Parts: sequence; C-alpha cells; structure tokens
Amino acid sequence: MKHIALILLLLASPLWAVEPHEMLDDPILEARAQALDDELRCVRCRSESIAFSQADWAADARVLVRELLTEGKSDQEVLDFFVARYGEFVLMRPPAKGGNLVLWLSAPALLLVGLGISVAYLRQRRQPPPAPEALSPEDAKRLRELTKD
Amino acid sequence: MIVELGHFALILAFLLACIQGVVPLVGAHKGWRGWMAVGEPAATAQVLLLAYAFGALTYAFVTSDFSLRLVTLNSHTDKPMLYKITGVWGNHEGSMLLWCLTLALFGAMAAWFGGNIPDRLRARVLGVQGLVGVAFLAFLIFTSNPFQRLVNPPFNGDDLNPLLQDPGLAFHPPSLYLGYVGLSLTFSFAVAALLEGRVDAAWGRWVRPWTLFAWVWLSIGIALGSWWAYYELGWGGFWFWDPVENASFMPWLISVALLHSAIVVEKREALKSWTILLAILAFGFVMIGAFIVRSGVLTSVHAFANDPERGKLLLWITAVFMGGALTLFAFRADRLTSNSVFQPVSREAALIANNVLLSVATFVVFIGTIWPLIAEAFSGEKLSVGPPFFNIAFTPFMVALAVILPIGAFLPWKRAKLDRALSFTWPVLALAIACGALVWAVQTGTTALGPIGALLAMWLVVGSALDLWQRTGRGSVQNRLGRLTRMPRADWGKAVAHAGFGITIFGIAALTAWTTEDIRVAQIGETWRVNQYEVTLDNVERVRGPNYISTMAHLTVVENGRSIGTLTPEKRIYPVAGMPTTEAAIDNGFTRDVYLVIGDPQGNGGWTVRTFIKPYANWIWAGVIVMSIGGFLSLTDRRFRVAAGARKAARPVPAE
Repeated sequence: MKHIALILLLLASPLWAVEPHEMLDDPILEARAQALDDELRCVRCRSESIAFSQADWAADARVLVRELLTEGKSDQEVLDFFVARYGEFVLMRPPAKGGNLVLWLSAPALLLVGLGISVAYLRQRRQPPPAPEALSPEDAKRLRELTKD
Repeated sequence: MIVELGHFALILAFLLACIQGVVPLVGAHKGWRGWMAVGEPAATAQVLLLAYAFGALTYAFVTSDFSLRLVTLNSHTDKPMLYKITGVWGNHEGSMLLWCLTLALFGAMAAWFGGNIPDRLRARVLGVQGLVGVAFLAFLIFTSNPFQRLVNPPFNGDDLNPLLQDPGLAFHPPSLYLGYVGLSLTFSFAVAALLEGRVDAAWGRWVRPWTLFAWVWLSIGIALGSWWAYYELGWGGFWFWDPVENASFMPWLISVALLHSAIVVEKREALKSWTILLAILAFGFVMIGAFIVRSGVLTSVHAFANDPERGKLLLWITAVFMGGALTLFAFRADRLTSNSVFQPVSREAALIANNVLLSVATFVVFIGTIWPLIAEAFSGEKLSVGPPFFNIAFTPFMVALAVILPIGAFLPWKRAKLDRALSFTWPVLALAIACGALVWAVQTGTTALGPIGALLAMWLVVGSALDLWQRTGRGSVQNRLGRLTRMPRADWGKAVAHAGFGITIFGIAALTAWTTEDIRVAQIGETWRVNQYEVTLDNVERVRGPNYISTMAHLTVVENGRSIGTLTPEKRIYPVAGMPTTEAAIDNGFTRDVYLVIGDPQGNGGWTVRTFIKPYANWIWAGVIVMSIGGFLSLTDRRFRVAAGARKAARPVPAE
C-alpha cells in the first residue's frame, strides 16, 4: 500500500509554475498569460499566485486564463471573470477603490505627514530652543508687575 | 535523566528571570546598590541554565530519544547527523527555546561587557531584559514545552520537514534569532533610558553597537532564507512578500532606521525621543513577527505552528510590552529635550530623510501584511495582498533612499552647502547616468528596470568610494592612500555597507529584468538552446539517499562551444514525511546563474525541463554580505571601546 502511494506521489509530484502542455504557442499571448498568472491567487493555496502553485486548482486556472485569452478577452476581462466567480480574494493586488484606498493611500499620506513634521522640526532646529529657565513674555510681564515695588 | 535535568534547568531559568526582572528595577528605583547588583549574576546564571536545557534537548535529538514528543514529531533515526542537530530548532518548541537562550545570552552580554555603563542604567537594562525573558520563558514552558514526554514512545520518528533538511535553512533560524533578539536589548536600553529620564550621547554610543550587531545577524539570516528559497523552491525567485518573510523584513528595515538615528543621538544629541521610539517599535515588530509566524492567522507557505491559542498569548505579550513602553514614552518623552542646532541642509537633515523613508517603507510592508486581517474585520470580505502590491508600493521608497544616499553621506554635520556636495557628486552622477544609458543601449529588451538598477548601483558604489577618498583630505595621492588605511573602521563600514546596498539593488534589478526561461518536454539525448547555452538531457536515474529517493537528471551545459559541466537537478521524495522536494541544479557564475529544474515524466517518455538563465543573481546575496561586512567593520571600530572607556572616568550622575 505504501509503495502504491509512493509511486502515485512520484507521478503526481509537484512542479512549480506553468507546464509545457498548458502553454500557448503564441509567445505574445503566453507572455500576457504569464503576467496574469502573477496577478491571480490560487484560492486553494496559502498565499501563492497561480504562477507558482503546483495545486490542481492553479493548473486549471492557468488553463482557463489561456482559454479566455485565446477567445480574445482583454487582460482586465480575464481578471473580471475570476473576480465574478471567486470575489476579490482571487486578486493578488487589491484594486485601488473602496476600502482598499486606505491600503493604497495610507503610505503616501504618511510620507507627507512625515515630511511635514520633518520640515517643521528642521525649522525649529535652526535656532537654539529657549532655555527652560527663560520666562514667557506674559510671565516676565507678570513678574515685573509683582516685583514692581 | 539528562533530559529531565534540562527540563528542570528551564524552569529554574524562568524563576531566575522573575528575580532578574524585579529586583534590579526596584533596586535602581530605590537606590539600593545590593539589589541593583543582582542583575549580573542572575543574567549569567540564566544563560548557563538555558544553555544546559538547550544542550539537553540537542542530546535527545542526537540520540533519537523518541520518548520526547518533540523528537518523535521532528526526527528519525535515518536522518543525517547535521539535520538531527538542526532539527532541534526546526520546529516551534525548539526554536522558541533557542529564542529564549539567545534572549538570555544578550542579557548576559550586557552584564559582561557593560562595565562602562552607569550602575543604575545597567541594572535597569538587565531588569527590563529579565522581564522580556519572563514573558517568553512563560510562553515556552506553559504553551510549548519542548520537554514533554510520551507515555508510549514509538520505534521511530516522523522525520523533519524535508524542506528544512538543507544547509541554508539549517542556519537561517539561529542567525535570524540573533538579530530579532538583539533588538530586545535595544528595547531594554530604550525603556531603561525612559525610566532614567535621560538620553545622552553616551547612551547612543552604548546602544549603537548592539543595534548594529542585531542588524548584521538579521541581514545574514534574511539572506540565508532568501538564498534557500532561490535554490530550493525551484523557480528561482528570491523574495515572495510572504507574511513570514515580511515578518523578518519589518524589523530589518526599522533597525536600519534606528542605526542611523542613533548616530544623530551619539554625535549631535538630537532626535532623542524619536530614536527611543524607533528602538521600542523595532522590538514591537519583532514580537508582531513572532505572532505572525507562530499563530497562523496569516496564511503563509512557511507554515510553522498554527495554533491560535499560542498566537493569542503572543499577542498579549506584545500588547503588554508595547503598551507599557509606549505609555512610559508618552510620560517621559518631553524630558528628552535637545539643544543642538543645525540647518535644513546638513547631515542631520539627510539622516532625518533616511528615517522618514525607511519608516514609511516599513509601514508599507506592515499594512500590506496585515491588510487582509483589517479588511476582513471591517467588511467581512477576504482579500489577498501579494507581490504585485508590494513591488509597486515598496520599491519607490528604496529608489528614493538610494538617490539621496550618496549626497547625504557627503554632507557635513550642522551646516552644509548643497552646491559643494553636488560639486563632489556630479561626476559620479554623470558616470552613473552614462552607465545606465549604456545598459539601456546594450540590453535586448525595452525594460527600464535594468538600466535604472545599474544607474543606482553605480551611483551608490562609486559615491561611497569617493566619499571615503574625499575624507582623506588634501595632499599627494600617496599620503591620501596612507590616510585611507588609517581611517576609522566606522568610516570604512559606512562606505562598504552603502556600496553593498548598491550591489543588492543591481542584483535584484538585473534578475527581475533579464531572466530568460525555457520550459519544454525534452527526450533523453535531446539538445536545446537558451541564449548562448546548449543544454542536453543525457539521462534520468533513480538514486537512493539516506532518507529519501531521488529522481536525478544529468544535463550537460555548453556555453559558446565550451563545456560548463554536468548539472544534476533532482526531485526528491521523503517517504517518512511523505513529502516531495525540488532540488534545482545551479551553475553559479559571476555574471549569471544557469538554473535547471527537472519536472515530471511525460507520456511520450520525455521529461519536463526548465532552464533559467538568471543574470547577476549572486549579486543580490553578495550585496547583503558586503552590507554585513560593513556592519562588522563598524563594530570593530575602536571608538566604540575607547570613548566608552573614557566615559567611565567621568561617569555621569543619572538625573533622578
């Protein structure tokens, strides 16, 4: 029994990425297909794109991508086809819309904030900060009033 | 008996950590010298006990003691000795023990080599380090005890995950842990400084070597992991933006920021509170990383231990330490004022720009990694964030960093003239642009990636060299060469590390832009051509290894009529673990790797063969090695020791 399992494993053992028989003859179309493979997640796997997954699901998905491209679908139409079936989960790059805008825009926003703070800090550093002993003008005025006579 | 003693030593170490975590801190607060002095012997005893416990576990693995649950689950009598030993940390419990051992080791090193640190600060550092030890030892003993016995020991074990039976991965965790846990010591220094309520140049000087030490090991660990992924996973990628990889990358990025801001603290006594914050956050990212790796909340190809309960406890540990440290920071940060003055164009300003870029880059990795969790919590919808996002969102920050780096490195402290720096750097810039243009003209494709990579690499490497040369001052070439050899090691370290960054950038750009691949079904005896290489599939045979069966292909590679030799890619199957692995065969070269992978037998008697020509692949890791050498050079700078000793004479009285 163990031997049979072993032989089966040897026959079906994984090979990463696209198989020769899956590939299209047209190199331009195949290049487009491979670019799309990178963008699509193997939904049955652990955070892997279908380009790198050895799972059957990924193999089927790769074939499907090529069929759709052969039918003349655009890249976006292929992605939409997968999203319609499996939700946005299938996209390795979340689209920059809706709630995902937070993902895309928070870093640029943080960069602006960081630069803003840095500029303010640099300006402040041009002069030595007032010594902690120095009194504010109001306090100094009050002190003068209190110690007038 | 040895194993039982190891278990006992582990528990004793935990109790000692409890003492180390309380007594010196109370002593430092009350000013009781006797209590403050407890830290050092406690730290030394703790590391000895944990070393014994670790030795005992190793002994159990080496002697294949299957009455230990951990040995049964991760070892096998047929496994080669090297992997019996590395199997000790090739699993959750054992690696956690290694983590705790490293933690204790750093505490002990702070005790042994911290003689020039004021007693009170040292007591506080050791106390905080002890508290971190308490948390992780409790986690180890109560949720992941490596010394658990089995009532009915089996005759043999389940074998180690075959992917981990590899020299690259065997030494990846220990060096990574030296890095992670090294950052615990900078955390302890930061919290101790907050407790003291003061940060000065001396503090910067004590913290910097530890940060540097941690960073160097983190770099080596990450490079080993990435190198392993390159040759083991079988398609020649080196970085996959996987959550577990990101978990190691975030502390690395933030520690680079910390290294640079600590320089400003040391030289100019500015950026104090920011540096403290970075030191706290760096260890925060380490703990978040531990949570990501060990909880399984984020699916990753590197599944390690997927136990939500353990994850919850790790999250609590993270929350307590981060919450505590940041609260303390909020109360004490206003005491960390600085009187230093500098102009908007100065070394200080350049280092601030470095810190902004690195911090935001760390944030990009962070938000990309946890975004699936956030999105699911808010919308209930599952999302994926993969390499296409990170490549777009992260890369610009590294490019910006590389662009400003050589100019920033030229600027003097306090007040600089940009036109002077530019007058030094414009020839380098011209050279770099020329180099980029040349690459653009020579390359066959139309991608801008390769030329930009070459441009940045040239800019960084030549810029660093010129920076070093410029520091030799004026005079004859001979005099300047003489001065070059007498230059402080830290200056050398800086230039070397920056050049390494350039080399890595070029390696990544070249590999990404110019990899050629060929995938085909080849018959035995068939020859095909990829670029200037002719590859022939000679034969395929079954080979029996110590604990695996291999399908090994023999392929001859000829480059322009000159034979390179025979490459033997394999597919292995590990019967005990029931797992197959791919062993790519790589001919490493200075300008390219020839990378061959054998696949499945096909119906017509042929075999799937993948041929990749990967240009400049080795430069990626060579660059990291050069960066690490730069770090080591800086570590050996005598200024770290001499001036630290000078401080001892004029020991500052800590402010109450």
